[in-house]
Amino acid sequence: MSELLIKNGFVFDPLQGIKGDRMDIAIKDGKIVETNTLSSPSVIDAAGMTVMAGGVDVHSHVVGPKVNVGRLFRPEDKLFKSPFKTCNRMEMGFSVPSTFKTGYDYARMGYSFVNEAAMPPLHSPHVHEEIRDTPIIDNAAMPVFGNNWFTLEYLKNNEIENNAAYTAWLLRATRGFAIKVVNPGGTEAWGWGLNCDNIHDPVPYFDITPAKIITGLIETNEFLGLPHSVHLHCNNLGNPGNYTDTLDSLRLAEGYTPKNNFGRDQVMHITHVQFSSYGGDSWKNIDSQAKTIMDYVNSHDNITVDMGQVTLDETTTMTADGPFEHHLQSLNNLKWVNTDVALETAAGVVPYVYSPNVKVSTIQWAIGLEIALYSNDLMRTFITTDHPNAGPFTRYPRVIKWLMSRAARDETMKTFKWLNRTIESTTIDSIDRELTLYEIAQMTRAGPAKALGISNTYGGLAPGMDGNVAIYALNPENMPSNPDMIESAFSRCAYLVKDGIVAVKGGEIVAEPPKRTVWVDVKVPENAQVQRDIYEHFLRHYSVGVENYQLFDEHLHNPRVIEVDTTQ
Amino acid sequence: MAKKIENVGCPFCGVCCDDLVVTVSDDGKKILEVENACIIGSTVFHRAMEDRHALPRLRQPDGTYKEISYDEAIDYTAKVLQKAKKPLIYGFGSTNCEGMAAAAKVAEKAGAVIDNCASICHGSSFLAIFDNGYPSCTLGETKNRADVIVYWGANPAHAHPRHMSRYSIFPRGFFTGKGHKGRKIIVIDPRHTDTAQVADIHLQVKQGHDYDLFDAFRTVLRGHDIPDEVAGVKKEKIVEAVEILKKARFGTIFYGMGLCHSDGRNHNVDIAISLTRDLNDFTKWTIMAMRGHYNITGPGAVWSWQYGFPYCLDLTKRDIAHMNPGETSSVDLAMRDEVDAFINIGTDAAAHFPIEPVKHLRKHPWITIDPHPTMATEISDLHIPVGIVGVEVPGIVYRMDNVPIQYRKVIDAPDGVLNDEELFERIYQRLCELEAEDAAKTPAKTTPEGVRAGE
Repeated sequence: MSELLIKNGFVFDPLQGIKGDRMDIAIKDGKIVETNTLSSPSVIDAAGMTVMAGGVDVHSHVVGPKVNVGRLFRPEDKLFKSPFKTCNRMEMGFSVPSTFKTGYDYARMGYSFVNEAAMPPLHSPHVHEEIRDTPIIDNAAMPVFGNNWFTLEYLKNNEIENNAAYTAWLLRATRGFAIKVVNPGGTEAWGWGLNCDNIHDPVPYFDITPAKIITGLIETNEFLGLPHSVHLHCNNLGNPGNYTDTLDSLRLAEGYTPKNNFGRDQVMHITHVQFSSYGGDSWKNIDSQAKTIMDYVNSHDNITVDMGQVTLDETTTMTADGPFEHHLQSLNNLKWVNTDVALETAAGVVPYVYSPNVKVSTIQWAIGLEIALYSNDLMRTFITTDHPNAGPFTRYPRVIKWLMSRAARDETMKTFKWLNRTIESTTIDSIDRELTLYEIAQMTRAGPAKALGISNTYGGLAPGMDGNVAIYALNPENMPSNPDMIESAFSRCAYLVKDGIVAVKGGEIVAEPPKRTVWVDVKVPENAQVQRDIYEHFLRHYSVGVENYQLFDEHLHNPRVIEVDTTQ
Repeated sequence: MAKKIENVGCPFCGVCCDDLVVTVSDDGKKILEVENACIIGSTVFHRAMEDRHALPRLRQPDGTYKEISYDEAIDYTAKVLQKAKKPLIYGFGSTNCEGMAAAAKVAEKAGAVIDNCASICHGSSFLAIFDNGYPSCTLGETKNRADVIVYWGANPAHAHPRHMSRYSIFPRGFFTGKGHKGRKIIVIDPRHTDTAQVADIHLQVKQGHDYDLFDAFRTVLRGHDIPDEVAGVKKEKIVEAVEILKKARFGTIFYGMGLCHSDGRNHNVDIAISLTRDLNDFTKWTIMAMRGHYNITGPGAVWSWQYGFPYCLDLTKRDIAHMNPGETSSVDLAMRDEVDAFINIGTDAAAHFPIEPVKHLRKHPWITIDPHPTMATEISDLHIPVGIVGVEVPGIVYRMDNVPIQYRKVIDAPDGVLNDEELFERIYQRLCELEAEDAAKTPAKTTPEGVRAGE
């Protein structure tokens, strides 16, 4: 059987508390094992290099209908921006890469698991088709619940048990992973061209507040004991002064404790928190409230966040926050796609240019970095760019560079047209903190894996876990003086081992080991009320039959099921 | 004992009705009855077994067809693709997404142009979407919320027979309990179509002047004055219509080939999108293309996630994909006689293309992949029969609103007949074998180091 020994690397594994010790990692039949169990392994010499578990991305828009419309309607995103073919399949696109490029690029960066941030349940067969065509990396996808009519009706009536039964049904119907909430209530209001401006603004007709949707979903999540927590995109995202709404949302988690068997410690994940940490009351006087937000997060253990770092690129914004995208197109007057999805959600897509010449962009850039640099616990603060919203995921190595090097931040800030205004409106210039490789490993593997409830399989190097190992050409005892070397090392890993197979060598794809679809199957007691509600809504209001809505097994590719049994 | 199969998707138009009930014979070979489908959909099922071939047919020197094995047909196709400098694979309106994905793999390996029926249909809509976006919704939204419906240059009464009853005019949805009584219907068409019969307002736009009329709508919407008559429509009628649009709670504009294939083409669609965007400053409006075949939305989706382009994909450069309609579109390529091999799949190019490009294509190897004899099979060099998606082959198709629908099979395909996906997978394997044979002869052509060939 296949055996692999990775020798003499500097190993960083926060899940085991290993901080750059020089040690060997052994893999047998795709799993990490004790080194003494190998008989005649092939050997990778990792001396002088950094060894981490394969990366885990907690939040990235990589597959599904809105991602795909982002590809479809932006031919200019391909023009002169696509690399020539070196792998099995062509790699097209920059901000919204093709599925093949997505898989290859994540692998080149040393990632092995990516959590798709928003799956409209009605479109789940599409999501799974794209997952099939995304090579190498394992995927999960979170169905959106925050504007789902079933959810709104159950939670309005405080029917947590019914909502839980429905949630279990929908996770199975879509082969989904977790409860995603995007602008709760606001996206349903967008069905009428409206929004919920804050968490106490009731949803038209359904007459439930976003606050109640959020707490109801936290209760549902902990009632079921799902691997991941509620994954929240806050109300009033992207607007000056929204940090108070964010604090209001954060406070909703107070008093809730996690209940699960997956090692997860949070009850709420606030995603791309950069977009929700703005002070001021207009685009003229917007400032950073990252410290306020992170002070709250630091003192509350039941919260995790990811950055949503602006990378100063031309990119494509896409979110289930329909009213926000409509607002955005009225600001930049670029082309606008909108798709309202019956009974469930909506989506908007607008191209966007984050420019170093634009004050708001550079303030956003600073806020994102402040989020991470003010964090006291990087096991609860993760690197993302909310790909592709604040920038493409291929910029993670650059984000790592900024986090690890004050000099790199200064170098970038020199290019800002409104440098003084940026410094006045933020505190980025007063922060000297430089993160360590161990902290980067926390933010990109161990932390996200723990928050997703998959840290028994992904994000670490303990025996029994998947044989996913990334090796970077960085020597922690002799770090390069030029921070750009950090970026290039994380862009193209020396090796990525996926399930015990060398998939990337010297930054190039050398093999495409089979990838998996990870989903959560929850067993709940039979619930006649919910069955009847599902029957009624599908009979009268859906545009497809319930039998055709639920994903056929033949359209689920190489599944890995995480089972949760609430009937015990 | 006959067997009833429920929740069957209909392989005819972009409405993708998924509520058909099909009764089949006990041996699973014959279709006895089709319920819920329109007359066209029902006919697709009932005629499924007529005129079928179980084996590929190769044209002989005397002009007749001779049956050959699938292996021979696959070998022939692979060699044609390998030899051609600029092969074209075109069609795909009537197959599943699995087949489209497999065909793209073949096109990429062979260095072909791959294109779909949008090229001669809603391709101009894509051009407008590239420029202006697409504020749209799923059809369930229209059913549950819309109180104003506009059909512009579309005649669903004939082309999409159940569109009005399932989604737009007649159904009672969640917020639309009164059904058609609670809705205003505006039809804009130069002809008094059967769809116009059910309209509250029919604006008989002068043919080819849709852009002018849209412009007038936008002008009135923004509070400005217009001439007494625009595009053959009186000012009062325009003002009345705009008031209805503005006062809607939720509206959807459905547009058809009357916009994207009359004078102005993509510009008509572009201004329709602009009107929709303008209306969203007042209330909620959405727009949707009335896509024709049941899965013509599919290739736009599949190839967008694979290459980033919905149609007219030139993969002949082999390192990147390239799209430029006019340069890489099927009819234009054929008009210039640039194509030196043609695979026609899941459509009938011989019936739908202008005669000049067909004559050019006919000079080179022409392979048709289709369940039935068609005009294309009659002039092909090779006809490869396949199973009918939605009847004999299951799979995912995309409805006109981009919602994926999982189709079922109701009867078995004739013995030994492959489906599109299997066929393209085998052509791909054969291409790999041929490439390996070539590489053995000329070692210089092996793949570069660090890259693994094959999958």
